[in-house]
Amino acid sequence: MSEPMKIRATLQGDTADVRVLMLHPMETGQRRDAKGQIVPLHFIQSVVITHNGKPVLDAQWSQAVSRNPFLGVRVKGAKAGDKITVTWTDNKGDKRTDETTVAAAS
Amino acid sequence: MNSLRRSLLKLTGSAAALASVSAAGLLRSAGSWAATWNKAAFESKAIADTLKSLGAGTPAESRDIAITAPDIAENGAVVPIAVTSKIPGTQQISIVAEKNPFPLAATFDVANGGEGYVSTRIKMGQTSDVWAVVKADGKFYAAKKEVKITVGGCG
Repeated sequence: MSEPMKIRATLQGDTADVRVLMLHPMETGQRRDAKGQIVPLHFIQSVVITHNGKPVLDAQWSQAVSRNPFLGVRVKGAKAGDKITVTWTDNKGDKRTDETTVAAAS
Repeated sequence: MNSLRRSLLKLTGSAAALASVSAAGLLRSAGSWAATWNKAAFESKAIADTLKSLGAGTPAESRDIAITAPDIAENGAVVPIAVTSKIPGTQQISIVAEKNPFPLAATFDVANGGEGYVSTRIKMGQTSDVWAVVKADGKFYAAKKEVKITVGGCG
């Protein structure tokens, strides 16, 4: 179904720099396949990022976000070892949740 | 009480979500506390309608919003966009590509220590202005930057 996300969270001062790479086709509903059929819309509609269980970002997307979407956010007041969870939901109802812990600055 | 209404209630888990579900037709809930997908805004084809559906009307131009995007993007399928809002109390950031078939690309609601910064990659059909619309303390602000596209990425 869906591939795992790559999530990296690194601490910079008291702010965690969170980078997420999701694997998703993000079809626009405008592209045609080799047979000339329109490839139906298939895209991530909603992305939620939580920090220790509290939502910090709630994103709503359209099909205009690129294939295999990248998302970067910053979370204030984070500490090393804090838990960052990312959940996406697409327009077909597929869901995926992955989590990581904030790494200390290297 | 008809059964459809009951099941919708169960599905969305909140009365507010139900109101927008009935307004927007069939819309799948992303989760009990996740904001509802703004169908009207995402399906607007003109930027004025997009801004209206976001509730922004005519946002004030602001110098506190920085858009980091290339001046010329060779591949319209992958245009990196980062928006930094220094406006205090930033609640929401939207990225709008003016000449896309559906201009609104993404909306980000930030809370609980999420900073006024997002970066992502979007598709753009042709050279146009990219708007960053920021909602802070209930007011809307905007900034824009032109991105030239060599090869469109919407097909």
